[in-house]
Amino acid sequence: MAKLWPFLALLALALALPLTGNEYWALIATRACIYWVLVAGLNLIVGFAGQLAIGYVALLAIGAYTASVLTAGTVMEPLPAFAALGIAAAAGAVAGVVVGLPALRLRTFYFAMTTLGFATIVTQITLAWQDVTGGGIGIPGPSLPAPMDTAWGFYYFCLGVAVVCTWATANLARSRFGRALVAIRDSEVAAEASGIAKPRLLALVFLLAGALAAFAGGLFATLQTYITPDAFTFDLSLLFFIAVLIGGRGSILGPLLGTILLTLLPEVAAPLAAWSTFLYAALLLVIVLAIPGGIAALLDRSGRRPLPEDRAIRPQEAALRTLIGERGERAVLSLKGIVLAFGGVRAIDGIDLDLRQGEVHGLIGPNGSGKTTTLNVISGYYRPQEGAMTLAGAELSAGRPSGRAARGIARTFQTPRMIGEATVLENVMIGATVEGKAGFLEALLSLPRQRAEERVMADRARLALEAVGLGGLAEARADRLQHSELRFMEIARALMLRPEFLMLDEPAAGLSVEEIKRLGNLIRVISRQGVGVLLVEHHADLIFDICDRVTVLNLGRVLAAGTPAEIRVHKEVVSAYLGA
Amino acid sequence: MLASILASGLAVGAVYALIGITYNTMFSTSRVMSFTAGQLGMLGGVFGSLFVLRLGLPVPLGLLATLSCCALLGVVTEVVAVRPVLKSLDQHLYVLSTLAVALLIQHATALEWSTEPQPFPRLVGIGAGIWDEKYWLPVVACAATILGLEYLYRYTLVGRAFVAIAEDNFAARALGLPERNLRMASYALAGAVGALAGFAGGQLLLAFFANGPLLNFYGFIPVALGGLGNNRGAVIGGLLLGLFQQAANFMVGGIFSSVAVFTLFIIVLLARPQGMFGAPAARRV
Repeated sequence: MAKLWPFLALLALALALPLTGNEYWALIATRACIYWVLVAGLNLIVGFAGQLAIGYVALLAIGAYTASVLTAGTVMEPLPAFAALGIAAAAGAVAGVVVGLPALRLRTFYFAMTTLGFATIVTQITLAWQDVTGGGIGIPGPSLPAPMDTAWGFYYFCLGVAVVCTWATANLARSRFGRALVAIRDSEVAAEASGIAKPRLLALVFLLAGALAAFAGGLFATLQTYITPDAFTFDLSLLFFIAVLIGGRGSILGPLLGTILLTLLPEVAAPLAAWSTFLYAALLLVIVLAIPGGIAALLDRSGRRPLPEDRAIRPQEAALRTLIGERGERAVLSLKGIVLAFGGVRAIDGIDLDLRQGEVHGLIGPNGSGKTTTLNVISGYYRPQEGAMTLAGAELSAGRPSGRAARGIARTFQTPRMIGEATVLENVMIGATVEGKAGFLEALLSLPRQRAEERVMADRARLALEAVGLGGLAEARADRLQHSELRFMEIARALMLRPEFLMLDEPAAGLSVEEIKRLGNLIRVISRQGVGVLLVEHHADLIFDICDRVTVLNLGRVLAAGTPAEIRVHKEVVSAYLGA
Repeated sequence: MLASILASGLAVGAVYALIGITYNTMFSTSRVMSFTAGQLGMLGGVFGSLFVLRLGLPVPLGLLATLSCCALLGVVTEVVAVRPVLKSLDQHLYVLSTLAVALLIQHATALEWSTEPQPFPRLVGIGAGIWDEKYWLPVVACAATILGLEYLYRYTLVGRAFVAIAEDNFAARALGLPERNLRMASYALAGAVGALAGFAGGQLLLAFFANGPLLNFYGFIPVALGGLGNNRGAVIGGLLLGLFQQAANFMVGGIFSSVAVFTLFIIVLLARPQGMFGAPAARRV
């Protein structure tokens, strides 16, 4: 459990606020609570998933107008306030997905633009649709029944909602969903290889954030007692967005403090009220340039504690055996006549390859011979024009990188793909995302099955780290590791899946001689447990030491295939690649 | 009606196209889409009104002063918001830093100039009705800019250096091109183009601080549809957008025309994220 005391201190402060007896403070604190309900959801989108959704005031407006219109009875019989708030949240959930969907197809700036455009459109519609929204004149907001109809009563209600939102989004952030969101933000490719399906995950989060924002909108309308389109300016959108960034990415406490700060700022500095947006913008610039980590980075002292100096990577065979277990039947992953051309260049020109479980298969060849490309075809990043792939007799469809983890295929990358701001343990846990059974709601409410699953996953990740020899670094931030440690961490992430086939793309690059020896032994043990290993490497010694079979590629074709002994004396291989 | 749709459609379309070119000019040397593009257009109108109407400068001098001010602002943008974040382009910090600068510009204008639309002076005083100068000035400005840029890129050394940087940044630097100075120059050029858009379209859009976000969005659409960095695409896209928007304006009314434009924009983008004339995204692994 992360540090709880800052939250409790804030809550104690909030609960004691009525002691001031000043209803003006009730108004401001209620507003902060309402903003936080929205920001808590937006934080998952901006801070965790890294999607720059700027125009979130649109969802606040949708919620506020839905709730107000339903209770005012301009279109139908007036509904009770809570029913209206519920319907508003549902409408917001739908709108949230509609606004968010372009994020699946569009690049950052494009998505930011579309959310901005959406915010403008919503304001214009509220102005134009006079019969329903009252146009520029506005419409009264919903009023809640007693005891929520007094300033302090409503404050306590909003505080309660805010507390629930904090708790729920913190639960989600610590679950496999939260980790997957950060993985999408920092390393989409690694996320796909670990079986994280971006569309489904983002849709769920947009649904949640939309519902929270619209619910906040309903509360906002109640607080305002009367709403006009003027209440939903772009400045408000900016406040929400900047609150997340001031707070820092991937944090719950940071954005919470950010929201409180930004709500208080114009009140404390009343003469500056006219300049408030100017100040927000200046603040945004300063944060981006000076402290990209935000408040969370300033608070995070453990992240700056030095790591031990004389640490070595010592893989543990016993841990590895416990982790992977023993495989009985041995399956084959086979490629037949794969052809892949980029424009006129035939990067792979008819390759046949059989990977057997329990064997280490080396793939070597000069630069540009198609080794990594072959690996990318197997893991689904490239779709070959011709040829077929089968796994244990069943077809392995081309494309679909995020489907590979479920088929038991794991991989590492030439340049380690890691999530720098997450701990090593969390990075490794990403590897088993596909095995998660507990659903989104269970994660949100932290139900028993979710908690049990988390414990199992964390234990397994520790075991995987022991196995590759990084047991002591589980709690360190990944971006503080050395290059060689990152390579082993990637292997641990792949092993987390307990894969049937493991593909390693130049795992020895940048390692010391001693580390290469340990790596070789590790790979050997992995394969002896029944995992099929595909090894793309340039270190000829490593290849000939540990491989059971070697395939040599040249210019996209198989130049030779056989046992290491055969390859070592193969005439063409020696002249094309190994040298005399 | 058709004539006035055509006249006003081409006029606003030309302004959008110029803002699109502003985006492209900044993008080509830095790979950064800057939120300041629309604000530069807004400032073209505000500075024009300030220099010509309030300070009483002659029109050519006022235009020159407007262009210089915005060019300077372009350079400031590059130094403050673009250069510091270029190292980590993949983190998209430029979206935030340029947004911040754009908002600073917009709110400084609102506070120091006016929050109400201010009149923009007549510049040449030729034409009436649909041939009024407020309709043909932006079109002329757009045509002149395109011709000027074509000349620059094809026949001058500096222009070819721009193209080289846009084509392959690393190779250009390896050849010894002063990448940083060229980037600053391109931001100055973008500032001038944006200012020209606002100045030429001043009589249509007035000197109004809230034009910034509007121009940002409508200037971005031609870029998105025409393909990033493609000026010809931006001009075709801009003119089509202007015509479509004005036609919708006349037929279904102002507010629903913006809904129509937005919907069309999203649909086209979702169907072809790289734009109508753009190339598909490069490999990722």
